[in-house]
Amino acid sequence: MIDELKRIEEQARAELVAAADEASLEAWRVTWLGRKGRLTSVLRGLTDLPIEKRRRMGAAANSLKQALDSALALRQEQVQKERLAIIETGRLDVTLPGRTKRIGRLHPVTQTLRDVLAAFVSMGFSIVEGPEVESDYYNFEALRIGKDHPARDTMDTLYVDITHDGEYDVVMRTHTSPNQVRVMEKTRPPIRVVVPGRCYRNEATDPTHEWMQTQIELLAVDEGISLSDLKGTLYEFAKRIFGQERKVRFRCDYFPFVEPGAEMAIDCMICGGAGCRTCDGEGWIEVLGSGMVHPEILSNMGYDADRYTGFAAGLGIERICMLRYGIEDIRLFYANDLRFLKQF
Amino acid sequence: MRVSLRWLAEYVDIDLPPRELAHRLTMAGLGVDSIERMGGEWEGICVGLVTKVEPHPNADRLKLATVDLGGEQMTVVCGAPNVAEGQKIAFGRVGAHIINPNTREAVELTPARIRGVESAGMVLSERELGMSDEHVGILVLDEDAPVGMPLQEYMGDSIFDISVTPNRGDCLSMVGIAREVAALTGKKVRYPDGTYEEAGGRIAERVSVEIADDDLCSRYVATLIDDVKLGDSPPWMQERLIAAGQRPINNIVDITNYVMLELGQPLHAFDFMLLGGGKIVVRRARPGEKMTTLDGVDHELEPDMLVIANASDAVALAGVMGGANSEVREDTRTILLESANFNSASIRRTSTRLKARSEASSRFEKGLSPELSIVAARRATKLLVELAGGRAATGVVDVYPRKAQPVVVQVPRRRLQTILGLDLPTPKVRSVLEGLEFGCGWHEPDYLVTVPYWRMDVRIADDVAEEVARMVGYDELPVTNLRGEIPSIIPQPLRDLRERARDLLAAAGMQEVINYSLTTLEALEQVVPPELLSEQPPLRVVNSLSSQHEYLRTTLRASVLQSLAANLRYSEGEVALFEAARAYLPRGSDLPLEEEHVTGVISGWHEDRWGHPMEEAVDLYDAKGYLEALFAGMGVEAEFAQADVFGMVPGRSAEVRVEGETVAVIGQAHPRVAAAFDVDGDAYVFEMVLDRLLPFVRGPRRYEPVSRFPPVVQDIALIVDEGVTAGHIKAIIEKAPLVREARLFDCYTGEQVGAGKKSLAFSITYQSSGHSLTDEEVARAQRGIVERLKHEIDATLRS
Repeated sequence: MIDELKRIEEQARAELVAAADEASLEAWRVTWLGRKGRLTSVLRGLTDLPIEKRRRMGAAANSLKQALDSALALRQEQVQKERLAIIETGRLDVTLPGRTKRIGRLHPVTQTLRDVLAAFVSMGFSIVEGPEVESDYYNFEALRIGKDHPARDTMDTLYVDITHDGEYDVVMRTHTSPNQVRVMEKTRPPIRVVVPGRCYRNEATDPTHEWMQTQIELLAVDEGISLSDLKGTLYEFAKRIFGQERKVRFRCDYFPFVEPGAEMAIDCMICGGAGCRTCDGEGWIEVLGSGMVHPEILSNMGYDADRYTGFAAGLGIERICMLRYGIEDIRLFYANDLRFLKQF
Repeated sequence: MRVSLRWLAEYVDIDLPPRELAHRLTMAGLGVDSIERMGGEWEGICVGLVTKVEPHPNADRLKLATVDLGGEQMTVVCGAPNVAEGQKIAFGRVGAHIINPNTREAVELTPARIRGVESAGMVLSERELGMSDEHVGILVLDEDAPVGMPLQEYMGDSIFDISVTPNRGDCLSMVGIAREVAALTGKKVRYPDGTYEEAGGRIAERVSVEIADDDLCSRYVATLIDDVKLGDSPPWMQERLIAAGQRPINNIVDITNYVMLELGQPLHAFDFMLLGGGKIVVRRARPGEKMTTLDGVDHELEPDMLVIANASDAVALAGVMGGANSEVREDTRTILLESANFNSASIRRTSTRLKARSEASSRFEKGLSPELSIVAARRATKLLVELAGGRAATGVVDVYPRKAQPVVVQVPRRRLQTILGLDLPTPKVRSVLEGLEFGCGWHEPDYLVTVPYWRMDVRIADDVAEEVARMVGYDELPVTNLRGEIPSIIPQPLRDLRERARDLLAAAGMQEVINYSLTTLEALEQVVPPELLSEQPPLRVVNSLSSQHEYLRTTLRASVLQSLAANLRYSEGEVALFEAARAYLPRGSDLPLEEEHVTGVISGWHEDRWGHPMEEAVDLYDAKGYLEALFAGMGVEAEFAQADVFGMVPGRSAEVRVEGETVAVIGQAHPRVAAAFDVDGDAYVFEMVLDRLLPFVRGPRRYEPVSRFPPVVQDIALIVDEGVTAGHIKAIIEKAPLVREARLFDCYTGEQVGAGKKSLAFSITYQSSGHSLTDEEVARAQRGIVERLKHEIDATLRS
């Protein structure tokens, strides 16, 4: 019996030394110390022995069990140390490329549009949209641009082959401004909306002109809205989109549907205002047209123009996108070259 | 409008540097687009007097000119044929910047030895001065040019190119600009003189004017000048016309142009003898009436066009252009000068329709005051007397059926404050308005503002507010934020869905593109069935600049294939593009239905661990994967049903349905279609119509608790006929009790299963929300599934 315990000890210790990882250690434990293990079966065999011998053998077996337990613990610690040593001393080449994950991106115009919209949404404006194929009435007439108004020269218009009374009177909208009227028709003050969308001009393309453009229209109508509020709203927008350090210029301009009219420009970020090709040597880049909603339009909507005033602004997103990223040719946007698009 | 500051200074004192003045004008609404400096480079160039011209000792063609520069004599070699003693010329010293006449580049003048004679300077031509192309001879200055004066000081100028907005027709004139400058800088305008001696007989005895259509002509002023002598206008006038961008013609025409530029009133000079009697009729054209304008173009007139006629024939297209039959000629002796006011809309219609835009028509169409007619008539008559040697008849003919009344605008002080956000003191408002020559009275609590006749654009209180604001300076206005109630939002579910689709597809790895909304019919024909195209032809733009952008797209499929083609050449690996935009579906004579489409295209090759393209091309299931990601992200369950889709490969295309409604299509672009778009290789396309999907996208779904009881996973391999779809089998399995999910994990066709058959392996997850499943329960459920599959689709278990 004692011999058997001795054999067990020798064999177990030899195997323990050979066990070099967590799995073999666990197998070793099951073999020698587990419920059906070798030592356990020895202990079970003790029940047949006389009491005196049982006690002696029991003590010897128990002390062997304790010895093997602590040998296991020691060996486990050793194996753990060796494993950590291997991990800690090994070196992976961290410059090997990662496994490629495909990244999709939004078009830079979409990204810029979203940033612009977010700036206005945080000032309480809500986003609405309107039709891109628009009636002459909403695109022009309702905005005080009658058939013979010289301002029509400034908006080369694409006409769609729909006629009423023999005249083409449906256009690819030239601006988002028709939505001023569409929104006012459907709602009452206070109004704060921002209307994004595609607009179209019948003009040849060059580095600064594109016949299809993305614009947003801003409209606020309430009691007591002033030109100063327009200025404040637009300055805040400019700060958020172009940064705190940009200079902003606000000057008189003319659009038939506002009075007074205003144009906003920022100092050219390419040349810092000294004058360069991007800013046509002026040092300033126009970013939007705006003004106080003409009281005649408010009256036409059935609003009391003595009580309510409002402002409107329209801006081109491509222009803003060009300024943000230093893009010098507007035609890059809709050529959809992935070598361009993947940069954003 | 080109504005010479040298000329402008005649009407107003200018004490600001050009750049500063340009800034002030720009801020006030008259955008100065560019400043052209005449003589900006004229350093080292001054006025000289040629005192002696001798032949060059070694060259026949060259001369030696001695030039007095005021206390300093220089002798230089000169090759110009027109150099002569006594001339005032422009002299460039060594070091001066001139234009090389051959290369047209700016160069520095260096000393030269020409045929053995030292030459330390140069007598300059217009081309060398950068003034014009003239290079045959030297520039000869006026006799009174002061010797030794820098040329810059003598004749330098700055020319502003000003964008005049359509409301400011009054600023299409030197005097108009001068008024703005005066108001902005606190100066007074010096108006040009219009007084002259009336040395001839009474005009009324020789000329009569009848306005037959006074809705189109509110005033007609005529003067008569006898004994004019046709010739060149004086150099100062020619210089000013050139500075303004006009070509001098002769003194008569030049004077009418000059006064138009000066005062903004278009004028016309008729040869009185050619008018055939002294009767002028302003009337609408007769049906079929024809006339030839003085540019030689024949026009067929329409009855709503206004003409100036004599007793029988049209002699001018009113406000647009004169007629060839009454034009001023070499032998013209008597001038009838017209200064009239025509209806702006009518002038615009006529000039647009006849394609005869002119300086005159562009002024009339912006609206001019009839009060101006008489002012301009007198000014031009004075110049005709003084500069063309004419004799003015006594009096004027002035037919003025619709006299303009002075406009007084009542401007409540509070309105001014509301609009500007600033309460300006009354004296400030008054001085600003008076600076612009408005009258400004006060009748508590309103300003009573009298509008000067030339300001046709100021009619309401808010117009006056703009005048005040732009003079005070928009930059001076306060910067305030919106106050008050924030309106509740206007729900835009379709827009929200579109933006979500964008995010989901980008997150799944697709790149967004944006294509033009207009395309060609040929492109649409590739992807839209012919019967649909003929039934519902796409809308067309009637005046497109390019045939590439003519038809409003009814699908985005053609566009994304074009985007793909543009990129395949440069791309390795997988190309996956999408566009989210509108398609325009015609609705008769109504505005089209603008449907929100999301369209994707996938092509190229799968990529290996290193991101390099592998041999394995992308296929339908890559495309489907993106679409599934979209549905999953929207929380919508979609079924893919085999269907033939036009432009796609039959058998490789499907309709995608949600609750039985088709919301999208997907498939392989037919190789013929791909080739038509120059797409090399296979391309897979999907197109979803968000308008159709929207009703099935529900709000947030109620969450399902995670079952506390363990799932049991069992695999099952089936052999079925090749025609049985995986989706069908999955649906059968998932209908069985206890099944939470059935996932396909293998699909095999080949020898081992025999011809006409295929093997599909599913991993079935069983789970109960109420208890732990026993082995027996799961076995029973699985047996039931196998029986049902056998019964419904004749499936056998693969052993």
